[in-house]
Amino acid sequence: MSGLAQVAGDPGVSRAAPAPESTKRSRTAYLLLLPGALWLGVFFVLPLVQLASVSLQSRYPGFPGYYYRDVNVENYVSALTDYAPHFARSFLYAGLATLLAFVVAYPLAYAMAFKAGRWRNLMMICVIAPFFTSFILRTFAWSQILADEGWVARTLDVLHLLPGGHIINTPVAVVAGLTYNFLPFMVLPIYASLERADPRVIEAGGDLYANGFTTFRTVTLPMSMPGVLAGTLLTFIPAAGDFVNMELLGPQRGKMVGNVINDQFLAIPGGYPVAAALSFTLMAAILAMVFLYVRRFGTEELV
Amino acid sequence: MTPIPRRARRPLSTPAAAVVAAASSGGLSRRALLGTGMAAGAGVALAGCAPPKPPSGSAGLTNLDLPEDVSDAEKILKWANWTAYLDMNGKETKSPTLEAFMQQTGIEVSYSEDIDDNDSYYAKVAPQLRANQSIDRDIFTLTDWMAGRVIRDQLCQPLELIQMPNVVGNLLQPLKDVSFDPGRNFSITWQSGFAGIGYNRDKVGRELKSLDDLWTDDLKGRVVVLSEFRDTAGLVMQSQGVDIDSDWGRAEFESALDFIEQKIEEGYIRKVKGNSYMEDLTSGNAVAGITWSGDIFVLAYDTGDPAWTFTIPESGGTLWSDNLMVPITATHRKNAQRLMDYYYDPAVAAQVAAWVNYVCPVDGAQAEMEKIDPELAESPWIFPTADFIAERNIQQFRALGADEDIEFADLWSTKVMGN
Repeated sequence: MSGLAQVAGDPGVSRAAPAPESTKRSRTAYLLLLPGALWLGVFFVLPLVQLASVSLQSRYPGFPGYYYRDVNVENYVSALTDYAPHFARSFLYAGLATLLAFVVAYPLAYAMAFKAGRWRNLMMICVIAPFFTSFILRTFAWSQILADEGWVARTLDVLHLLPGGHIINTPVAVVAGLTYNFLPFMVLPIYASLERADPRVIEAGGDLYANGFTTFRTVTLPMSMPGVLAGTLLTFIPAAGDFVNMELLGPQRGKMVGNVINDQFLAIPGGYPVAAALSFTLMAAILAMVFLYVRRFGTEELV
Repeated sequence: MTPIPRRARRPLSTPAAAVVAAASSGGLSRRALLGTGMAAGAGVALAGCAPPKPPSGSAGLTNLDLPEDVSDAEKILKWANWTAYLDMNGKETKSPTLEAFMQQTGIEVSYSEDIDDNDSYYAKVAPQLRANQSIDRDIFTLTDWMAGRVIRDQLCQPLELIQMPNVVGNLLQPLKDVSFDPGRNFSITWQSGFAGIGYNRDKVGRELKSLDDLWTDDLKGRVVVLSEFRDTAGLVMQSQGVDIDSDWGRAEFESALDFIEQKIEEGYIRKVKGNSYMEDLTSGNAVAGITWSGDIFVLAYDTGDPAWTFTIPESGGTLWSDNLMVPITATHRKNAQRLMDYYYDPAVAAQVAAWVNYVCPVDGAQAEMEKIDPELAESPWIFPTADFIAERNIQQFRALGADEDIEFADLWSTKVMGN
């Protein structure tokens, strides 16, 4: 209850709250929780239970697309052995995209928080603007930009920087697409934590005779860590499960795990159980990685 | 006026009853109630995902459990079709032939282009049909092999040919007895088309005559092939000397896949794609490929570039059809049959063919086409003669058995599609 009061508002209110009020307040809190809990129950817990059940079913011999209930661990074995390279590729590409997004996003967020001045709102709009268009359309646009006869490929070709003859349909295009598509998810949390930082603390760094770089390394960067952590998670998790970038920008060989799941669900009669097992394995792997990552780099509070 | 009979209240299911009991007992805390609710939820979820039973299979038509047909009471019909597959007026909002049908019969047709791909559409509707739920469509349009699968799984209704004199009279002779639906008890051909080589003569700089002409150094990485394995593997098998409409087995199929896999590894084939291969041809990423006939004519028309050419390779091409079928849970079969019969009127069929440019399955439409556009009436791509088909070794991919269907789709997916 006391925890609740803290969540509910600033400490001043909680101090003033008389005792009999608190039971009433807790009832209200439960009521307030109800929509969220229902939503989670219906749209998260139920589908998850269903998916778990499907991931253990077996194909009905002779009837493509029919299953019987079973405890078929074979699906998980197949998910882990047959598709291990796909998992590895997904994590590699997502990792690279996260790293690239961080490298691009941090200076951008920094500039927005400290240097933009009256341009700040405009920059903010530019970061958010891509969300006004569909994800698929933007990726299609990239497939046009990177096309063989587009200016990017032409220019690189003239400069002899394009050994394979094309950019699109290569892993480079996939990583570039992932970086582009998830960049705002990196920029916004970093910006939020930088913008909240107390400028007087940074000034204090200068007052104590630290040069700009040292101040950044010892004061600014640590203060922005919650944002960096949130940004990397928001980028890495969806990127690892993404299949659109690979589908539209990627090569024919060397798919990611999201594409395998998509294929198993939609293209292979009777692929549901393996697809469900793959989804569960992916979820578990990401969960484990995120857990380790947060344990290692986590700060007290996330943004 | 007779009063509407009140339905007896149904007894609550066990988890629901548990919740009610817990709530009315009053002694339970909210937390306990929440726990019960969660358990009940999990129970419902597990019950909900009980896999449906497969069809008995042994006895065919007589064993089908058909829904009551309400065509006479409800003059409506819902039709699921593919994009650009029906004649449209200038603004592409209304179809003249469909409007005429509605006027003539008073049946309100809602036409939706919601099929993009056989596999994805099947993946969407099949689970509902198996669970005996309505998919809110009375006709769906599926390619031969998928039609075969749907028939085998008993997910469609038998048609009353006797109610469709135009179909019986005008369906082209070769289409009257197809391997996936002998005697056409379940499906009626909508349009047909060919798979062959599509390329831009100017950009390629020469004529492509055989499949092997695609695997040359100047075209390396500029060739796309179809993700429908019946077309791509079919064409490759033909080039390896297999008659794809007769008996062949896994060995022949696998050797074709090995060949395609090798061409991908070596970088000749850039992408294996669905209908979106058109984008690669338009954007210039690819200049040639294994494609569908109608698409290339549309491409030439849309881009205004007559260099786009469609040809059947020397070793042969494939012929496929899309078929009108009635989903097992549809309740307007009679209306659907009236529509099917209407489109087998040669004059109507010619009108559609003049717009979609695919092979017209209706006898007599060619004579009607003379009146619309004499040039189109001569086109072998719309009205192919038996000689045209035989000379070019155009064949249909043989129907696959249930086990082969999965096995080959699996092989195709792992060897060619990706990974």
